[in-house]
Amino acid sequence: MMLTASGLSLPGRLHDASLAVAAGELVALVGPNGSGKTSLLHALAGIGGAGGTVSLNGVDPRMFGPAARPGAFTYLPASRDLPWPLLARDLIALGGGGGAVEGLELEELLDRRVDTLSTGERGRVLIARALAPKPDLLLLDEPTANLDPLWQLRLMALIRAEIARGDRAALVAIHDLDAAQRFADRILVMDKGRIAAEGLDGPHVAAIFGIERVDGRWQPVAA
Amino acid sequence: MKARAILLLLAALALVAAASLLLPFGPLRALFAANPDLGLAVLGELRLPRTLLALAYGATLGAAGAAVQALFANPLASPDLTGTTSGAALGAVVTAYYFNLTAPAGLAIGSVGGALLALLLLLALAGPKAETATLLLAGLAISALAGALTTLALALAPSPFAFYDAYDWLMGSLIDRSLDQAAFAAVPGLLVILLLLRLAPALDRLALGEEVAQSLGHNISRLRLQIVCLTALGVGACVAICGAIGFIGLIAPIFARRLVRGHPGRAILPAAMIGALLLTAADLAVRLAPLGRTLPIGVLTALIGVPFFLWLVVHMRWRVTS
Repeated sequence: MMLTASGLSLPGRLHDASLAVAAGELVALVGPNGSGKTSLLHALAGIGGAGGTVSLNGVDPRMFGPAARPGAFTYLPASRDLPWPLLARDLIALGGGGGAVEGLELEELLDRRVDTLSTGERGRVLIARALAPKPDLLLLDEPTANLDPLWQLRLMALIRAEIARGDRAALVAIHDLDAAQRFADRILVMDKGRIAAEGLDGPHVAAIFGIERVDGRWQPVAA
Repeated sequence: MKARAILLLLAALALVAAASLLLPFGPLRALFAANPDLGLAVLGELRLPRTLLALAYGATLGAAGAAVQALFANPLASPDLTGTTSGAALGAVVTAYYFNLTAPAGLAIGSVGGALLALLLLLALAGPKAETATLLLAGLAISALAGALTTLALALAPSPFAFYDAYDWLMGSLIDRSLDQAAFAAVPGLLVILLLLRLAPALDRLALGEEVAQSLGHNISRLRLQIVCLTALGVGACVAICGAIGFIGLIAPIFARRLVRGHPGRAILPAAMIGALLLTAADLAVRLAPLGRTLPIGVLTALIGVPFFLWLVVHMRWRVTS
């Protein structure tokens, strides 16, 4: 598995973003609100017609039809909204995945309607939808949103385990910088629609986020 | 959908269709006894087109309603509530009285055009992912506009009898249509249903959200355009022949989704069957009601549909939000 993308552009959102993700990598995508994390994931997932080239194992995955896509990549949006009250089981099946997803404790949720689930439970079902097809590449937008602390830790560990198993990788947009540092192999920092830096060590963090580490805690940069 | 549900629906359809052909049975039997040729003529030229039209129009409304609801991700989006049928009616009236095209083909072109305009206007006004309130308000505005323009068109029509002529048709009527006319509604209707069925998997995946459906390789803009055109074609052709009949396209998909565990796309087939069942049954009720004269069928579907609609509005907590 190898993902390369170059020159990804969407007017006003994304400016000439290029990246490469190798097999086995969990790459975190961090950045302030509106810095282009979601737009970058959209561009890679073939949502919304961004310009640029994407290559997954030498092929542009956006050329795949609905039958081949779930095996190549899946995309988890940040929103937990769903338009129809389907059963959790059916929702996961609609994503094109046949396999069960272990480690999400879905057994008791599967036969419930998604509108009867709590937001966190629905989040787990939606993550299962993205994981079930066992795609080469996971594109996850805020997967830990709405999850309780234990589930946040379990989920990140689960994503690690999933990509360790087989020739796979994940690109995860996330606001929690501590979680990014703890679980990701690499951290891409986005700012104003560009991939501005890699890693969270250096003066760019204060410049981009307006925060800095003081005694091990993130604090707003003193004026 | 379970095979048993399909069989039950088919059996119910066969029963209602047979009843629609044969009831009231007394006059038919008397005719056959007196003059078999006349009996056969009544059966073939009066009752058969009426039954076929009820089945086809009902099925088209059901399928189109299911598709539109799936597309807008909203159980209240139906051809009548969103102004599509009113637009079609306006189109047909304008073609008939201002272009003197009263042949089925001319009317159909007019009403398909009217339906298409109404749907495009809805998309422009409410947006593709409209909240229920926005969708209904935009639909209301389009219905009101089309209704007013229809009345205006009839009032200013060159023919002084326009109002009287158009009244029965505007209220929706399946009576006194020829087999040719029935074919004009049924053939596009069936075609539209078949084409909509092909879009069902994409519509099901819209239940994952528009972004996810796109990431799964579905072209949502194209899907939207296809559904709008197909709905306009199917509903327009039926309105051209039978006038505007409301609420079938709202009610049928709601029942249909219960048979397919809520899948909005998979509901298209059962919605077509339930729509056909409902409209044929409603026509039967209109025919057999002891009122001394025949009610326009659109009145009956509205009388039954409005309370159902209100119940739906009160109980609608479908949208799953965080």
